[in-house]
Amino acid sequence: MKPPAVFDFQAEVEETLKRIQSQKGVQGIIIVNSEGIPVKSTLDNQSTVQYSALIHQLVMKARSTLRDIDPQNDLTFLRVRSKKNEIMIAPDKDYFLIVIQNPSA
Amino acid sequence: MAPKAKKRSTSKGRGKGKGKSSRSSTSLGHPEDIFPLVLTSATQELFNCRIDEDVTEKNPFKLLKKDDIVGDMKKRAAISDFSPVKHKVLEYPEEEMLLVFDFNLTYGQCFYLVLKPESKDRILKTPEVEDLLMSDKRPQFWISLGSEKEIEEPIKETREKLRLKLRVDRAVQSKVCFSDRDCSESKDSHLECTSYEDSKFKIKKLLTDSGVQAVPILQTNSCQTMRMVPKDTFTQYEPREFSTEEKEMILKKQDLVDFCAAQIPRMLFALQQEEIINVFLDDWKALATGLETCDWSGQVSDTLVLHQVFTDQKFSKNKAISCLNWHPTINGVIAVAITKREEELPETFSGPLIIVYSFSDPSNPQFLLECPDDILAFQFSPSNPNIIVGGCLNGQILLWDISAHVTFIQATQPSSRKESSNSDKFDLNDSKENIPVVRFCAVSALESSHKAPVTDVQWLPPTFEVTTMGVPVENKQKVSVQIITCSPDCTLRFWDVRLPAVFTNTPTESTPTADQKTPLTTCSVPETFKHLDRTWKPLFRISLSKIETKGEYVPMKFSFENFNVPTERDKEIKGTEGLPDYSKLKIPASEKLKEMENINTKFFVGTENGEIVYSDWKLESDDSGRPHRGWNFAIWKEGVMDGPLVASQYFEQECTVGCWSLSRPAVFFIGKTDGSVEIWDLLKNSSEPLQLHPHISKSKITCMKACSFTAKQHFLAVADDIGVLRIFEIPKALYLPSRHESLSMKKYFDLEVDSLKDYLKREEFWTKQKKEEDELRIKMKMEPEKSETPPKEIHRLDLTEYSDDLILEEQLLQDMGMWPIAVESDMQNTQNHPHS
Repeated sequence: MKPPAVFDFQAEVEETLKRIQSQKGVQGIIIVNSEGIPVKSTLDNQSTVQYSALIHQLVMKARSTLRDIDPQNDLTFLRVRSKKNEIMIAPDKDYFLIVIQNPSA
Repeated sequence: MAPKAKKRSTSKGRGKGKGKSSRSSTSLGHPEDIFPLVLTSATQELFNCRIDEDVTEKNPFKLLKKDDIVGDMKKRAAISDFSPVKHKVLEYPEEEMLLVFDFNLTYGQCFYLVLKPESKDRILKTPEVEDLLMSDKRPQFWISLGSEKEIEEPIKETREKLRLKLRVDRAVQSKVCFSDRDCSESKDSHLECTSYEDSKFKIKKLLTDSGVQAVPILQTNSCQTMRMVPKDTFTQYEPREFSTEEKEMILKKQDLVDFCAAQIPRMLFALQQEEIINVFLDDWKALATGLETCDWSGQVSDTLVLHQVFTDQKFSKNKAISCLNWHPTINGVIAVAITKREEELPETFSGPLIIVYSFSDPSNPQFLLECPDDILAFQFSPSNPNIIVGGCLNGQILLWDISAHVTFIQATQPSSRKESSNSDKFDLNDSKENIPVVRFCAVSALESSHKAPVTDVQWLPPTFEVTTMGVPVENKQKVSVQIITCSPDCTLRFWDVRLPAVFTNTPTESTPTADQKTPLTTCSVPETFKHLDRTWKPLFRISLSKIETKGEYVPMKFSFENFNVPTERDKEIKGTEGLPDYSKLKIPASEKLKEMENINTKFFVGTENGEIVYSDWKLESDDSGRPHRGWNFAIWKEGVMDGPLVASQYFEQECTVGCWSLSRPAVFFIGKTDGSVEIWDLLKNSSEPLQLHPHISKSKITCMKACSFTAKQHFLAVADDIGVLRIFEIPKALYLPSRHESLSMKKYFDLEVDSLKDYLKREEFWTKQKKEEDELRIKMKMEPEKSETPPKEIHRLDLTEYSDDLILEEQLLQDMGMWPIAVESDMQNTQNHPHS
């Protein structure tokens, strides 16, 4: 008996997010669509909205920078390291995945 | 005249003639339409054209009616003067005919009759004008009447000039010289009639010149206005969000799944990388946490450097400092409490005082706080640093308000204070004294104060307050309003600086004074706490009774957890804004306040006997006291009741004070009776001090406190028994925490706790064993001692380990703010054993 395809997708998404969440030091995960609207998040609403808006701008900027230098190039991964934690961003055509991690914890 | 006469005569002559004086009228001496006539006087009277009466030279025309002329002709037929012109008259078309008096006889006769009407008109109209014009146009020759001659010699002499000969008889025949004199020069040499303005004579001004400018009634004007560019003043926006249904929708989409599938491995890879190695770590920097890399200033020091010494000849000579405090907000200001020494001479200059020093002026105190009696402990209020509470030798507590003087110390310049202490006389209340003295503004009621000297006083933090039952509740004003004091009369009292709610109808004379703001003169007492003065009673009191034995503990110092609740508006209330009027604050009814559950109401009390009592101030208290004696210090941990975590070994010199470093959890400072200061670092070496500064002061050190102004300036204030306050600068090594220091300390303490527990278990086990052995021995009487030694040896080993544990424990406690500041050193030279 095959579970309906729709249900499958959602569970799959959940499962993969759990895998990330279980890593050491991960503070939060956010999935944002291409317009900067958060789709899924493990943080509270205010932080989610803030992160998604700001990081969306950053990714757009980084991407356009790379494309300006070399139009054949594209952004595959972005890591922002700060004093307190590290933000890892994996952009795609339609969405991006943002993971906030505290490496020393 | 003559011509007139002539005319008369001729007319008379003619009249007399009476006969027809025929005239040759047909001669061509006259124009055709004019007929000269002679009119007799009778005719003249008939037609009213008498000469010189009706008709004159000037008025020569006369219009006669034709009918009259015809009638005359008919009447006098032949003798009528008009008979020669009979035909002409009859033919005359008009009714009136013109008769002209010919004065000049131009046509030969006196009159002439005009026969044609058109000539009549002509003559009537033009003849004199013609004549006049003719006569005027002709220029006339100028007749000289003698005006062109020059008038010369207008002055005629009317008489001959007189000649006079004068002779002056003079005695001395001297030369005479004559000179000219102008009579107008000297005033009295002549009289004149000056002209003056006649007041009656006025010339009326009939003509003035004035300027006139034409101004347009209507004027068109234009100007350029700034083009307003519409600009948003405020924008408010909200982030776009998806609703939950939309989110679910999206989560179900295939492309999200694909995305996750693609990106998540990458993410995991990055995370794993993170775990393996920290690529951003700067190894070089991490290598040395000490001075060599970080210290850019020239001097490298790892010891305490003496920064300043404060001492005052007048006030603090030969006096002991009992307590010192840094000002919480103003950098560089310290207050010390001066008390009498034991061997104090009776005659002293100054009574008990609190002296406030400032770094900017090392030789003179900034101002003094007057106290009725020696102060053993005082503290600045954490929420309003202008309020100081102090505990006296006689058991009362006092409040000072230094808001009036805060401006002094904030803006002090060294030069302004130079002329201060020249006066020998010392007058506390003299406002002209350069060092201002502040009187206390409230003192507690004598009967409800402590019965013994107040040895410690502390403010409760502004985050919570305590009701009369000891339950911590929410503090609405967010201002420190409550004080805890302890005293060797075996009690701890809680005080509140507000008026109790019960006594809201206190006597009205207090309310008008309470309404005033603090005055600014040095003489008068600030009235912030007038409502409390002399009537201040504590909220409640706790007495500490001993657990196992009878009696009570005698508290000397206490310490409680400084609990700060993070609120949404996490601002600190500065003293200047929102300064509460303390007299208006009332203790709210306890039901209204929310109880705070996570406040630690337990506290540690250090007693006279060297015991540390851990108690709860809520009235259902469970005391647990652990005696701790010896010339050493120990670190206790809350919750671990069985013994101190860390205890040092015995020292030769008694330790008098201890102070944790503010930024490094492993470092603390110990002061001793011989005036030396030790610096301990638990992570480096837990059995001996890191640094020892011997004999900083000649007498014992009474008080020590650390303070940091900025991240780079850390100071340690050391006060001693002879009234000298020294400020040391803490070097970088001692205030820069090493990496993960707090983590390491926590681990250390955890280890200590475990080892302590372990040790205790073992000890218990050994005591049991020993008992059994003793019993055995008694039974057998031949027990080799060797069996005892292993336990003893082990015992000794564990002791050293155990002492390490104790030190660690002390540190941990101080780190968490639970260590009583002074460790009392009552020696009872027993083992360093927690259980005795």
